[in-house]
Amino acid sequence: MSETLRRRAPLLGWIALVVVLLLLPLYLEEFWLQSGLFAMAFAIAAIGLTILVGTTGQLSLGHAFFVAIGAYGYCYLAGGEDVPGLKATSGLELPPVLAMAGAIALAALAGALFSPIAGRLRGIYLGLASLGLVFLGQHIMFNAADITGGFNGRDATPFSIAGFTFADGDPDLTVLGVEFGGLEKLWYLGLAMLVFAAWVARNIVGTRPGRALETIRDSAVAAATMGVDVRAYRAGAFMVSSAYAGAGGALIALVFGRIVPESFGFVLSVEFLVMVVIGGLGSIYGAVAGAVLVSMLPRVLDNYSDSLPLVSEPGTGGVGPSQASRFIYGLAIILVLVYAPRGLAGLTQRWRRRRGREPPSPAPAQAPAGPVTATPSVP
Amino acid sequence: MTQFLELTLSGLALGAIYALIAMGFVLVFKATGIVNFAYGSLLLLGAYVAAKLQGDLSFWLAMLCGAGAAALGALLIELVLMRHMRGTDAGILAILTLGVDVLMATELTRRIGSDILESGAPWGSEVVRLGDVAIPETRVAAGVVALLIIGAFSAAFKYTDWGVAMRAAAADGKTAALMGIRFNRVAASAWALAGSLAAVAGVFFTSFPAPGVDNTTGLAALAAIPAAVIGGLDSIAGALVGGIIIGLVATYCAGYQDDLSFLGRGLGEIAPYTVMLLVLLIKPSGLFGTQSVTRV
Repeated sequence: MSETLRRRAPLLGWIALVVVLLLLPLYLEEFWLQSGLFAMAFAIAAIGLTILVGTTGQLSLGHAFFVAIGAYGYCYLAGGEDVPGLKATSGLELPPVLAMAGAIALAALAGALFSPIAGRLRGIYLGLASLGLVFLGQHIMFNAADITGGFNGRDATPFSIAGFTFADGDPDLTVLGVEFGGLEKLWYLGLAMLVFAAWVARNIVGTRPGRALETIRDSAVAAATMGVDVRAYRAGAFMVSSAYAGAGGALIALVFGRIVPESFGFVLSVEFLVMVVIGGLGSIYGAVAGAVLVSMLPRVLDNYSDSLPLVSEPGTGGVGPSQASRFIYGLAIILVLVYAPRGLAGLTQRWRRRRGREPPSPAPAQAPAGPVTATPSVP
Repeated sequence: MTQFLELTLSGLALGAIYALIAMGFVLVFKATGIVNFAYGSLLLLGAYVAAKLQGDLSFWLAMLCGAGAAALGALLIELVLMRHMRGTDAGILAILTLGVDVLMATELTRRIGSDILESGAPWGSEVVRLGDVAIPETRVAAGVVALLIIGAFSAAFKYTDWGVAMRAAAADGKTAALMGIRFNRVAASAWALAGSLAAVAGVFFTSFPAPGVDNTTGLAALAAIPAAVIGGLDSIAGALVGGIIIGLVATYCAGYQDDLSFLGRGLGEIAPYTVMLLVLLIKPSGLFGTQSVTRV
């Protein structure tokens, strides 16, 4: 009996988690709903990055660029010309479902266009090269004003499927006495997208392509000897991670309702790296956990800044909430990499093993540990 | 034509500054194999300390203090973190430096706030005139100082024991260690030197015509990374060439902005990254980088 229970425990845990997540919109107030939705959007994009950085061993500092393409792609494809602001933005007025798919495809396409570089460069060299994308992207966002709205940004058309709009009202929906507005409806869309994204990622990582990518990470030469097309797989991993970024970006646009270029800068790229590092490189659930932590931290600190010690209100000269959260995650990166290189995923694995739930796996999935060399070599 | 000459000269001087920054970046990479993303913050630290002190001390003394502070900061990164992480994958170490960068940049930009600290260069906004061509004196001084430092470096690399140790460590760290070269010392000296280079470059980088040290200086200094990448990351000469290219391109793009307006405003800031991507498309290991080709 206890044996069956022990074996079923993880499954029961997952079911409980899903039920809780499904019920949450009935209880949460707006602030937490929005924070949760941001966390989901960031988690989707972070899953893509962990496939690239953790599984393939390729560093990318350009993730924010692809997130921006997803966000602006959705707004452009779904949006119309009815912007009352200073400058009119154009749009294709596609149905939002198509626009969402198009945004993801656009991000993947941008990733594919980068493949001459993404396929040939190894590890940190790709990191340095992709640094350029963020700055280029911001330049385009500021200047292509008829598409992006320039400095002022542009609004996102609410999502809708078959006449059901994910916005306040239309249709008015009341579930168990709780009025379901835009955020409550979006919550389920985000949850569905996140679960689907994690499932696809699991299938990529756990099957043939995933193993090829891991072999490339550990030794490109060995991978090539085994018949893996290193260049194609590297480029492919970059494209997949871009597509994930695009999906996350489109969701971010929906949650924000309005997007501005400033939110897609170098800092965002670094934040994504922080998420996947804290979660444990290569771990999908770790990336989700990291995304939840990193995206919630500044918002929570901001919301409760008056009741927290050491954190002062923005603009009073002390350590503001956003700075405090940056201090925390800067420190978190260092501590995690020095003391727990496999992040949250590694910690839970260690904990489980100590409890005897899981036999020590013969080859633990580890963070990219390339051949140990003291000398730099260029690809 | 006058404008072209003017832009070329100030582009060369700006390029010399970028070359200095890129050199420090390359130095750490060559000696330890670490891509140091905390470099922008080290530069900001040096420039910040120098700008804070220049009222009380003379300009040169303040710059020296800034260089000392940045060297100390870099040395601390090496001693506290990197020394204990030898043998870790280069990607992980790069992310680790990003963590350090987040910490340093957050604290420094918090201290600077919305202020603009002047670097206090003794030349102020004076310009040198050669016929019709006018360029700022600070840029001339920057060019001269950069050339002197780069010359001194090349000589030190070639003729001193330290230079030999550095080159040996860069070529093959393990063998060098077996030959009795103290890798830890080489690494520490590389970090400290890189820090002081960053500070000196930072002081000039923020002098006229730049307004001064503000909270975007660290980010702007990131433009030296393309210089290092174009040069090939492990080549000092490459850093020099890369720096000059970046300086020229950035200056031309800013100078001819009106003619290039179809490419959008603020072109000078992104030109370095565009050039980097173009170079990488053609030569993935940079212009002077060592290629390691493995055929299967």
